[in-house]
Amino acid sequence: MSRLELRHVRKAFGGLDVLADISLSVGAGEFVSILGPSGAGKSTLFQLLTGAEHGEGEMLFDGMPLDDHGRHFAFMPQRDALMPWRRILDNTTLGLEVQGVRRQVARARVVPLLAEFGLAGFERHFPAQLSGGMRQRAALLRTVVQERDMLLLDEPFGALDALTRAAMQRWLEQMWRHHRWTALLITHDVREAVFLSDRIYVLSARPARVLREITVPLPRPRDPTGAAAQQAGALEAEILDILLNPQPSKGHDHD
Amino acid sequence: MSVGLLLVAWELYANYSGIKPTILPAPSRVFEQATLNREALIDNAVPTIRATLIGFACSLGAAFALSMLVDFFQPLRRALFPVFIVSQTLPLVAIAPLVVLWFGFGLTPKIMLVALVTFFPMLVALVQGYEATEVEIGQMLRAMGAGRWRVFVLARLPSALPYFFAGLRISITYAVVGAIFAEYAGAAKGLGIYMLNAKNNFRPDLVLAAVGVSAALTLILFGLTALLQRLAMPWERIGRQPAGKGPGR
Repeated sequence: MSRLELRHVRKAFGGLDVLADISLSVGAGEFVSILGPSGAGKSTLFQLLTGAEHGEGEMLFDGMPLDDHGRHFAFMPQRDALMPWRRILDNTTLGLEVQGVRRQVARARVVPLLAEFGLAGFERHFPAQLSGGMRQRAALLRTVVQERDMLLLDEPFGALDALTRAAMQRWLEQMWRHHRWTALLITHDVREAVFLSDRIYVLSARPARVLREITVPLPRPRDPTGAAAQQAGALEAEILDILLNPQPSKGHDHD
Repeated sequence: MSVGLLLVAWELYANYSGIKPTILPAPSRVFEQATLNREALIDNAVPTIRATLIGFACSLGAAFALSMLVDFFQPLRRALFPVFIVSQTLPLVAIAPLVVLWFGFGLTPKIMLVALVTFFPMLVALVQGYEATEVEIGQMLRAMGAGRWRVFVLARLPSALPYFFAGLRISITYAVVGAIFAEYAGAAKGLGIYMLNAKNNFRPDLVLAAVGVSAALTLILFGLTALLQRLAMPWERIGRQPAGKGPGR
């Protein structure tokens, strides 16, 4: 059963076509990735979903057209967007605060989750005192406590160093298995998409179209070392090939 | 240290070059005269401090109100900024006597002049500060369902704090100069008029004593803004010390 469904969504800024034709769906408890080259308009898609921009085509949530408020989504932007002047605890309760939840209630909801997010003992710290990985976990905690229907993750690990990123991907996969969030991840990292997702939509360069929809057959928990890793490697190579050699049959010139 | 060396050199030059104390008094003489005339100096410093603080408070209030207006209605910015930029090019020498002529020798013209010189730097600092808000934070807040006012209070206002304090440090020094200038153009009491009278009585030592008082005043106000910044922005100080314990990565 699909929760989010997009049908032939298009978006142009001025005369520039950014999204040419995007159709996709995300089921309940499914982790779906949108994988595409940088500047392909992946973030524009999230702007349409959260109501910051308007495009053409149909966007449905549980069968109903999306309104402007983006009430279904908890959005995690590129970089962590933690407020430097707020302590970690107050950063993580921000979304609840905006929803009008009383501070004490909001804190009571966040505090039990701190340990699981590796932030126990750091709630009184300022973001500048934390490492990149910890900041990202705080940003994810801020996103999930909003208890929206679906998570929108916009290249959440893009700004991290390679080692931290790999560690965060493993951690996120494990967290997802516990919580089974319905999640849509934007990334340009093929390995990340294969490691985390149930399904992947591969997008073309701008103007973006869906080149291929790929179901990731790998068992969970995802194992970065065992036999499944070879299968993952083959899949990654296949996706990379789609991205680097888009089929000319679609009749699109790259500039 | 460098100030100390300068004072020593000045002292030696004034004492041994044969220059008259009515032209260049030695620092020791300035200090001595300042101590002798301390009651008059304090008496004249009080109105200057009053004009500086009230004028600066008015300027801050106006700059804050207008910065918000400009932030919410961007076209206003294009309409208003040229006026303010011109207001900054007005030479104080010409404006100060006119303002005194129009508004008398009382407190009002001083407040106006202090506000005039400090208003624009504060406005620019605030408006730039709002603009410095991280784009992602704004996007995220709107996705959370925050309206413009919530975004302003939660993100834009705190983002402007470092700019605000940078502007404050510059403006507070202008404010003292502005007040003294206004008094110079005409006042019953104040450091400005005290300097003018001392000069007319061939007492450069007293002029310099008043200069010393105004310099001390500026430094105290400057120090206060720095202290205020430390109190208002604890994350700036604490944030520089990395966390040492617990689960890292």
